[in-house]
Amino acid sequence: MANRFSIKHQPGFTAIAATCFIVLYLPIVVLVIYAFNAATSTSEWGGFSLKWFQSAWQNTQVIDATLRSFQIGATAAVFSTIFATMAALATTRTASYPGLTFKYAAINQPLMVPEIVTGVALLIFFSRIKIFTGYSGLGYLIAAHTAFCIPFAYLPIRARLENMDLTLERAAADLYATPWRTFRRITLPLLWPGILAGLMLAFVISLDDVVITEFVKSGGQDTLPTYMLGQIRRGITPEINAISTVFLLLSVAIVTLFFFISRKHD
Amino acid sequence: MATAEEVAKAAERRDIRDRWLLSAPALLVIFLAATGPLLIVLVYSFLTPGSYGDVKWQFSPEAWIAVFLERDIFDDTLSVAAAHVTIFLRSIKLSVVTTIATLVLGFPTAYFMATRSEKTRDLWLFLITIPFWTNLLIRTFAVLQIIRNEGIVNTILLKLGIISSPIQILYTDTAILIGMAYVYLPLMVLPIYASMEKLDFRLVEAGYDLYATRFKVLRKIIFPLVKPGVIAGSILVFIPALGAYVTPSVLGGGKNMMLSNLIELQFGQGRNWPLGSALSIAVMIIVMVALLAYVRNAGKSGVRHG
Repeated sequence: MANRFSIKHQPGFTAIAATCFIVLYLPIVVLVIYAFNAATSTSEWGGFSLKWFQSAWQNTQVIDATLRSFQIGATAAVFSTIFATMAALATTRTASYPGLTFKYAAINQPLMVPEIVTGVALLIFFSRIKIFTGYSGLGYLIAAHTAFCIPFAYLPIRARLENMDLTLERAAADLYATPWRTFRRITLPLLWPGILAGLMLAFVISLDDVVITEFVKSGGQDTLPTYMLGQIRRGITPEINAISTVFLLLSVAIVTLFFFISRKHD
Repeated sequence: MATAEEVAKAAERRDIRDRWLLSAPALLVIFLAATGPLLIVLVYSFLTPGSYGDVKWQFSPEAWIAVFLERDIFDDTLSVAAAHVTIFLRSIKLSVVTTIATLVLGFPTAYFMATRSEKTRDLWLFLITIPFWTNLLIRTFAVLQIIRNEGIVNTILLKLGIISSPIQILYTDTAILIGMAYVYLPLMVLPIYASMEKLDFRLVEAGYDLYATRFKVLRKIIFPLVKPGVIAGSILVFIPALGAYVTPSVLGGGKNMMLSNLIELQFGQGRNWPLGSALSIAVMIIVMVALLAYVRNAGKSGVRHG
């Protein structure tokens, strides 16, 4: 190899990296292949078939859980992104002021605590509120998801804001634009890619959550991941492979979009 | 009349007040649905368990005693709760080994990515980001299908004649370890890559000019410079690994419990919410210690590299 004598060469590193990439993708590829398996047992290949996709599509539990996941994910993503945008505006482009460090710590707090602990804490807290108010709807799950999505939505929005200087906003103010008009016509359009990235991140994070949802949900409030966890614990059918494949496609689509949005505007 | 200074001061105060108002919704939601309930867990860990779950409002240190000790039902003597200690040690051991394994695999991977040309770097980054954002449960499930007795690993080994009967990997500690290393690998690679990308290779060149070997350059130049990334990656892997719930539930098969499964048990069949709360706080304490060590280390290396 020509780069044997390059200063960047380290023996064996390329081999390990190649192994890592193969190992990262191999299980996912196998999982997807077996989603198209005609055999009922997941251990042998019985020919190509779409029947597991069909059976997942006709499974009302799967459809219910999927719709619930989307409902929670979309609501939590919108709320967390709005709140994170406001918080990002309040914590960037300023000299340090009393409480700024506290705000950083508070916003990132959900990232510092293991999910199991947050899950247990919310189980205790919400079970009290449930007894007190009698309400047992999706509100609890939406509140919990909004909270842990905020630090993720905050990340790209804050990064974007830090790269924006105040010149244009000052110019707008000099031309007698009201603060609201300046925000709507200058700040918001410039910030938009960051907000979109934050929204997508929050949606993916909410869609992926298992642990906190598992502890917070009331009976009959399965999301797609908690439904799948239940099925996997009970034993596997290729139907789970089919659901996973669709789920994977969706995630990859969102991540790809996210990647291009955040790269294009760098 | 207000002086210019007073006007400026008032404006600054107004600005700070506005900034508090703007961040209020985010702070409020996080306090209500994340931080605040943690305080309730702390309170619950000092209460008496109720007969059907939940608690009786009566102070009791029993839950904290039960974290590591067992009370004999007959003569009330205390002895070490072997089951709990085993689970604590297993969780810490598995998390540490996972961190080391992802470091050993992730460091060369990040190095490989950082030494590609500008254009292809984005592609490699994209390839590592995809597994990072795909559902953890699905990735764990994918590992399950690979390592089970009828899975591809055992099938290939059998066909090659290396083994005569399938190796039982699933539902062992090894399975949990493989699963955790697999799902958390991107969390190690990304921060190391971020440090590595900024690495100034003229320093590496200088090392070679002074007759350093490849290994010496790696150990004395590259590693110290990307150490903040290594520490960040280790923290990012260690914390979720310690509290891992999905991976041990799916790959450990209920027998090989980790801390999260033990906690879950107290809120389910165990009906001992105070003990579950005390165990949760104990996990938090371990995480806090790890984070503090990180902050101190990060502070130190920050000073050194200016």
